[in-house]
Amino acid sequence: MLKDQDRIFQNLYNDKGSDVTSSQERGDWVNTKEITDKGREWIINEIKESQLRGRGGAGFPTGLKWSFAPKEVGSRPHYLVINGDESEPGTCKDRDILRFEPHKLIEGCLIASYAVQAHVCYIYIRGEYFVDGQKLQAAIDEAYEKKLLGKNAAGTGWDLDIYIHYGAGAYICGEETALLESIEGKKGQPRLKPPFPALIGLYGCPTIINNVETIAVVPTILRRGGKWFASLGREKNTGTKIFCISGNVNNPCNVEEEMNIPLKELIEVHAGGVIGGWDNLQAVIPGGSSMPLIPKDKCETLTMDFDSLMAEKSGLGTAGIVVINKDQDIIKCMARIARFYKHESCGQCTPCREGSGWMWRMLERMAKGDATKDEVDMLGDVTNQIAGHTICAFGEGSSWPVQGLLRHFKKEIEKRNNLDPIVQKKNNIPYLVDQHLLDKKNA
Amino acid sequence: MSLRRPAKDQPESFEFNASSLEAANVIVAKYPKGKQQSAVMALLYIAQKQNNNWIPLAAMKYIAKFLDMPYIKVYEVATFYTMYNLAPVGKYFVQVCTTTPCMIRGANQLVEACKEKISENECELSNDKSCSWMEVECLGACVNAPMMQINDDYYEDLDKQKTLDVLDKILNGETPKPGSYRGRINNEPENNRKTLMDLKNA
Repeated sequence: MLKDQDRIFQNLYNDKGSDVTSSQERGDWVNTKEITDKGREWIINEIKESQLRGRGGAGFPTGLKWSFAPKEVGSRPHYLVINGDESEPGTCKDRDILRFEPHKLIEGCLIASYAVQAHVCYIYIRGEYFVDGQKLQAAIDEAYEKKLLGKNAAGTGWDLDIYIHYGAGAYICGEETALLESIEGKKGQPRLKPPFPALIGLYGCPTIINNVETIAVVPTILRRGGKWFASLGREKNTGTKIFCISGNVNNPCNVEEEMNIPLKELIEVHAGGVIGGWDNLQAVIPGGSSMPLIPKDKCETLTMDFDSLMAEKSGLGTAGIVVINKDQDIIKCMARIARFYKHESCGQCTPCREGSGWMWRMLERMAKGDATKDEVDMLGDVTNQIAGHTICAFGEGSSWPVQGLLRHFKKEIEKRNNLDPIVQKKNNIPYLVDQHLLDKKNA
Repeated sequence: MSLRRPAKDQPESFEFNASSLEAANVIVAKYPKGKQQSAVMALLYIAQKQNNNWIPLAAMKYIAKFLDMPYIKVYEVATFYTMYNLAPVGKYFVQVCTTTPCMIRGANQLVEACKEKISENECELSNDKSCSWMEVECLGACVNAPMMQINDDYYEDLDKQKTLDVLDKILNGETPKPGSYRGRINNEPENNRKTLMDLKNA
């Protein structure tokens, strides 16, 4: 288990209070000026050395992303945008950072803004987190009062203003370009890439977009050194991560742990075990609902990081672990996820808009046992026609969970759905379209 | 996609009151000059707060004028995002999360409780017109499942009886305490905490 002093989010459970004074006691805002005095190059290199990968789901190297920002500010200003539109089912880590560790996030915003030369930072928070957003706003106000934000923020000589922008219940706005559209006051429909937001983003200006957790760990990495962060976890999957363990476990919780921790340890030690014992485990969704599920036999040895989950044809995503035990109907669980995607599709690309509804309706029928044998393959076909045929990656995200279900539980679906669409006996069924095929005269 | 239609009965006119106007001006100032359209989402939210939890068409027209943008653009935004209520939902709007993590921990019991206490169908006002409920997608409090949101507040770790109690209070005009209803602190593992023990005991 990770040592307590290596945990970045000391106030994850709000033992100490989230105001600026207690945050300073925990080490925030202590030597921000010393960090920025070392220069942009140093900051970006240190983040590169720490091998920090984005915590929002895609796992893109953060240092590399920052280095894409133009080196010189041209006629257009640079922006930093923080993605706090946490809507992936199974994930609730950013909420705890917003309400309990807001100063880690604000300080991270200052350092990141300095590194990418932005004077304005927007924090996009999902509308449902209004109360948590108010807590962050209180922390921002506190920071302005203490001169940690505004002109010459925290004595670094850098001017920074932070504004909160609330979403209004659209999952798609977690996609970075849809998020930009949303800040611009439009429908949240993703843009085509390229051009990438690092060059043409918010209001057509260079924009760097990072997840809340990614930015909140930055100050600690720079204080303790990229080497320290890289020493945790394993190569290319370094550092710590907040895991959200929900579903059929005895003690669902959020916990910060080292990357590459065994899944079994997370469930057994931190979450108090599966309800009904480990043998009652059916499957685990390892990284938020869009990641394909993993059946029990693989859960024994699975370690939680980007690359080892990729090897299992799944992904770490947002590290929202949903444990499903044998008391649940796995097809029904996936049908509910399909309904989520059907509801949340933005409607821009046909394959996702229509396909997500198809998948949901087919799965609902399969859960009831009302589907025919070949519909199982047809469902797989539908998922393949969505994946890779949409503007944003969320289209794929809607088909992956269904593909995961088909990969690991195909037998179960087939067992339940045994209807044969071909009428074998010669019956006179008036409404049957291909009646003539049964009729010998016409055959 | 979800199908969303404005209500049939619409008020004739809408205007921000003094406090809404002040809040709206603060928000417009957040964005660069000429980009006031960015404020549309926040302004719709303010209008919703002012107008008893829903947005009439008149408010969209008012906001379009306020921000100097086409009415249809405001309408697009208001119909795209699901948190904008286009029809009256009552003073207390109950949203029950039924996505998989909540579903497997018994969100259907919360739905039953809402059916008993508020109304048989979702998006239907209760008898005294003060309250309505609906099933929504993930609200992002999965480790505290099952949960529901009433206006801005989260009510977590519920079961059927606890939901009935909360709804009773609301129907009596009280505001129950938000947060976990199993007595646990925030997101920590209940009675099983193994991390950051020094801080807990400090």
